[in-house]
Amino acid sequence: MFETIFYEVREGVAKITLNRKDKLNAFTESMHKELMIALKEAAKDQAVRCLIITGSGKAFSAGEDLDGVTEEMDHGEVIRSRYMPIMLELASFKKPVIAAINGAAAGSGFSLALACDFRLMHEKAKFVQAFIHVGLIPDSANLFYLPKLIGHARAMELAVLGEKITAQEAKEFGLVNRVIEDGNWEQEVADFAAKLSNKPTKAIGLIKQLLQKSWENDLPQFLLEESYSQRIAGLSTDHQEGLLAFKEKRTPSFKGE
Amino acid sequence: MVNNETMIKTARDNAVGIITLNRPEVLNALNIKMVAEIVFALERFDRDETVKVMVIQGAGRAFAAGADIDEMLDKGSIDLELHNQFTDWDRIAKIKKPIIGALHGFVLGGGFELALSCDILLAGQNTEFGFPEVGLGIMPGAGGTQRLTKLIGHQRAMKWLLTGARFSAAEAMNCGIVSSVFPDELLKEETKKMARAIAEKPALSVRLIKESVHKANELSLFEGMQQERKNFYLLFSSEDQKEGMRAFKERRKADFKGR
Repeated sequence: MFETIFYEVREGVAKITLNRKDKLNAFTESMHKELMIALKEAAKDQAVRCLIITGSGKAFSAGEDLDGVTEEMDHGEVIRSRYMPIMLELASFKKPVIAAINGAAAGSGFSLALACDFRLMHEKAKFVQAFIHVGLIPDSANLFYLPKLIGHARAMELAVLGEKITAQEAKEFGLVNRVIEDGNWEQEVADFAAKLSNKPTKAIGLIKQLLQKSWENDLPQFLLEESYSQRIAGLSTDHQEGLLAFKEKRTPSFKGE
Repeated sequence: MVNNETMIKTARDNAVGIITLNRPEVLNALNIKMVAEIVFALERFDRDETVKVMVIQGAGRAFAAGADIDEMLDKGSIDLELHNQFTDWDRIAKIKKPIIGALHGFVLGGGFELALSCDILLAGQNTEFGFPEVGLGIMPGAGGTQRLTKLIGHQRAMKWLLTGARFSAAEAMNCGIVSSVFPDELLKEETKKMARAIAEKPALSVRLIKESVHKANELSLFEGMQQERKNFYLLFSSEDQKEGMRAFKERRKADFKGR
């Protein structure tokens, strides 16, 4: 049903694979449309409790397809109409999202990885803040997430110098959660996703929201928001299951509700 | 008069009278009969001494997403004038007990006007607000241009009314349209808490405070203050004033009778 992406759901894990191999999975308008449809589908599907975003072939994504960049293009409008909905959808996505960075993630491809909740990086993959090399600024929430992840000074350096970041450097900076060796790539990504998909999904969604709020709210407001979130978590079936399993000294079986 | 509820449901939670808009299949779009049922239920609760506060909420995905378009499509000005349908709305303003609006989903057009007829508004965080009338070649007719302007001022009222654009609960909170925003999942629970907290207060104080606050919109400051003073004096004829002040001095919980 999709042309520029693959979408599959298996055992509680949805996987979106960017699929314009010959163009290093560069974004086009139609790819963004399909990505948005897949994200909404994964958000709605109650069977889905974890989402992986990855690329097919050599690259994760090379960012915006420069073939579509013309003199008449309104850069601001491209961001508002195409990138903004995706960034907002990922931020409000109530299930954990993994970027499985199989290869180069450049420009808005890097930004997409930053907008996910977890980053797993192939040992040979690279990040490239490519924007500055064409006289543009890092977009798609890149400069929103980057300083939060690695600090202001490093974010400035990466954005302005635009040098490649290897997987090892990314790990040292705290940009990624795991660097995975070539031979273990598929398995480790699958294991990580499986682990997330068996956790109390509702609580994960609440944690995600609260972490975002930690940047936006002062302490009294944050504590109020925290009290609401804990009340919602406290009403969940998974909380009851957790308590019961604790009493019965067994591993809880969470349903994500 | 309407007696059988077909478009709303009413219920009681102790001293709280609850009205649930109940046409979820059309996102609780308001029509003449539905408004009449709402007003009838409000007036019934208002006369019932065991009810202290009322809540209006919507069943399904919305509080209320506007008015029934089919009902108005073929109407002429004279039909509307002769039928005088908005007169029922004036009766909402005469309700003496406080009305809490619990807003979620969509609060649009006539639904927004119903919300603005309440005294306190609480909203779920994903609630969307808006006056889409301008896009249909009409305009709000049940207080929208008046109440919204008094509430949020000329500039922002013009923006929302002239563009018909939708805005978020956070924006509504910033403008002062709602008093609090909660996660959608907790809206009912938090509404109940607020309703119960008000229901525990001495009913005559609640009643006269509501009246006085509304006068602030209608009278000059001087006249409003004269009115406030009269209500203040009036409460000194109540048993609850004696009990409330005595309990305060004796450091015990007051036992209010609503008299």
